[in-house]
Amino acid sequence: MTLPLLAVQVVDEARAAGPGPAVRLAWLAIALPLLGFIVNGWLAMVRPRARVLVSLIGPGVLLAAFVVAVAIFLELRASPPEAPFIVSLWPWIHVGELRIDLALQIDQLAAVMLLVVTGVGSLIHLYSVGYMGEDPGYARYFAYLNLFIVFMLVLVLGSSFPVLFIGWEGVGLCSYLLIGFWFNDKANADAGKKAFLANRVGDFGFLIAMFLLWQTVGSLDFVTVFSRAPGALTTGAATWITLFLLLGCTGKSAQIPLYVWLPDAMAGPTPVSALIHAATMVTAGVYLVARTSLLFAMAPLSGEVTAGIGALTALFAATIGLRQYDIKRVLAYSTISQLGYMFLGVGVGAYSAGLFHLVTHAFFKALLFLGSGSVIQAMHHAYHATHSQEDAQDMRNMGGLKRWLPVTCGLMWIATLAIAGVPPFAGFFSKDEILAAAFARGAEQPVYYLFYGLGLVAAFVTAVYMGRLMAMTFHGESRVGEAERPHLRDAPAIMTGPLLVLGLLTIVGGAINLPEFAGGHEALEHWLEPVTRAATSLHPIVRLAGTTEKGLIGAAVAIGVLGLWVGFRAALGRPILPAREAPPDTGLARLVYRKYYVDEIYGALIVRPLVWLSEKVLWRAVDQALVDGVLVNGGVVGSRWLGRLGSRLQSGQLGLYVLLFLVGAIWVLHTILR
Amino acid sequence: MLLGPALGLSAILFTIGVAGVLLRRNAIVLFMCVELMLNAVNLAFVALAQVYGVGAYLIAFFVMTVAAAEAAVGLAIILAVFRHNQSIDLQNINLLHG
Repeated sequence: MTLPLLAVQVVDEARAAGPGPAVRLAWLAIALPLLGFIVNGWLAMVRPRARVLVSLIGPGVLLAAFVVAVAIFLELRASPPEAPFIVSLWPWIHVGELRIDLALQIDQLAAVMLLVVTGVGSLIHLYSVGYMGEDPGYARYFAYLNLFIVFMLVLVLGSSFPVLFIGWEGVGLCSYLLIGFWFNDKANADAGKKAFLANRVGDFGFLIAMFLLWQTVGSLDFVTVFSRAPGALTTGAATWITLFLLLGCTGKSAQIPLYVWLPDAMAGPTPVSALIHAATMVTAGVYLVARTSLLFAMAPLSGEVTAGIGALTALFAATIGLRQYDIKRVLAYSTISQLGYMFLGVGVGAYSAGLFHLVTHAFFKALLFLGSGSVIQAMHHAYHATHSQEDAQDMRNMGGLKRWLPVTCGLMWIATLAIAGVPPFAGFFSKDEILAAAFARGAEQPVYYLFYGLGLVAAFVTAVYMGRLMAMTFHGESRVGEAERPHLRDAPAIMTGPLLVLGLLTIVGGAINLPEFAGGHEALEHWLEPVTRAATSLHPIVRLAGTTEKGLIGAAVAIGVLGLWVGFRAALGRPILPAREAPPDTGLARLVYRKYYVDEIYGALIVRPLVWLSEKVLWRAVDQALVDGVLVNGGVVGSRWLGRLGSRLQSGQLGLYVLLFLVGAIWVLHTILR
Repeated sequence: MLLGPALGLSAILFTIGVAGVLLRRNAIVLFMCVELMLNAVNLAFVALAQVYGVGAYLIAFFVMTVAAAEAAVGLAIILAVFRHNQSIDLQNINLLHG
């Protein structure tokens, strides 16, 4: 036997031997934040003032988890597996034919999500040390944040639908807890409740999809489902399953019709908005579609619906962003709009493009949110110093901030250029890839040309509202009061540090999937190929001709730059009055400012009838009248009457007792002797 | 031999006893009526021994024993009631009414 042959054999054996050490230790990535949650939660109860310890543990466990994630990624890159590694932890539910183990599935898709969640999560944890440093609930905050990471990792690493669902529900819980973090203010608690309830509607869809899958395929493990699905599922069944899954995704990822909770979720601390409501949790829906890409590929209608919802949401939410004054609210609608792009991408069948946008969006949107956090904190400190009651988040109170916050301003400009799709920033490549994929599919089904058009208009609107945001916040005349100005200062190093890293990632992030025309080789797409191959073989991604693609890119870039300019000029074109003095909006502006009255319409159509039904029928009629009145009080009255009757017999007169006894004895004798 | 008249006398005595228990209010009299009922039953047992053999005599002895014990306990109760109420009129002893 010659030496090279031996070497080949050794490599083969190494592959056959299964996962390497890092993959087998993948559970550590979940266990470490869980440990952080337990310790921080304990500290929150017994030592709420233990800031140093919390500051070390909170971000520390995340950085350790990130190290594990990197190790897993490197191991997968060294020998990319064709089939996912399953790391089974323990048996969970074994009933009849139903066998669900608590197991982790490590593959290329999971590795990408793992890196994003732990990486961006670490940066935001570090930022929080500065942002939340003076909050009395500091330990509680980090406990929740660690717990969120635990569930998010369960979500992306789970090897079956039920395990994914644990994470799915868990991140919803953490989102609820963190939106209502300052629960002393009722509005915050209400916002948390709204998020939870909107997500429940989506969860209903997820559950129905799982039941259907169990009924038709007979398994809930990803690997088994995807291997059996082509034989076991008809197109109709696949359509129903994916549509119900999509309902779940619209809840979690804030798409039409369940997007209404996300803008209100800005009631939470700003790093939470960055981590949960922009970078990670809300992308769970996109992840789910990519994970179940085979099912979506088997149901062309569901793909169209997904893409349609995505394109509509992208434009609809972007237009609302045009007239908002709260800096975080603009970013919230921007998030909804960008999630729409991701749905358009995965709906079209360009799963890697959708995930590419997910990753780049995590970078630049986290940067935007954290930047806005620095702005809000600076404004808040200034108002605090002068005991002013003005709104620290209202952009009408800002203006000209670049003089006092140059670092934040510069970093936010980077993110703005990225989201507007200006090359060479990260957002340009990912957004462009999605739009190109939609355009290419238009050759088969013309409806995709419409989706492309919606996406293109949304790109313009996005650039406009971002230009407006930057102009109102950092440029033009400062509307900050003279008394407050000396108190404005840029964020401390612990906050700008993570911002700088995110800024760097926003600039170079496009490199992970650099297209061929820019000298790359679409690394992410090749990386994800083992995961998406089954789906893309059913629905091949259509490639555009080079000249068409260049034309589309030119148009998109022109639109982005034009939009930024229009938004910037329009915002500075006429004087802006501070929030206190500004007259209320009128006409169309008011319609958009009030978010097209969608909340009011939902209130009138769904919430109020439900409240009426609950109050008048369920509470007054069923509970108070029937249950309380007839059943409970009726029982009381009946037994009281019986008791009175019985107590009449207890006269205390011996003669009566003897008589009754005699009658009874005679009756018994009579019955026996008859 | 005289079975019919003996059973008849027993029934008459028992009925007098029952009537006494039901109608009289004096505890002592009531107590005596109970004894009367027991003795009426004893009479029936003894009379029926002609038909059923010596077992019936045996039961009669048991009844006498129980009656003696009952008399001891019953008189003690009546004494206690009298000490408490200064009366043995049963109409006044109705503490356990509903």
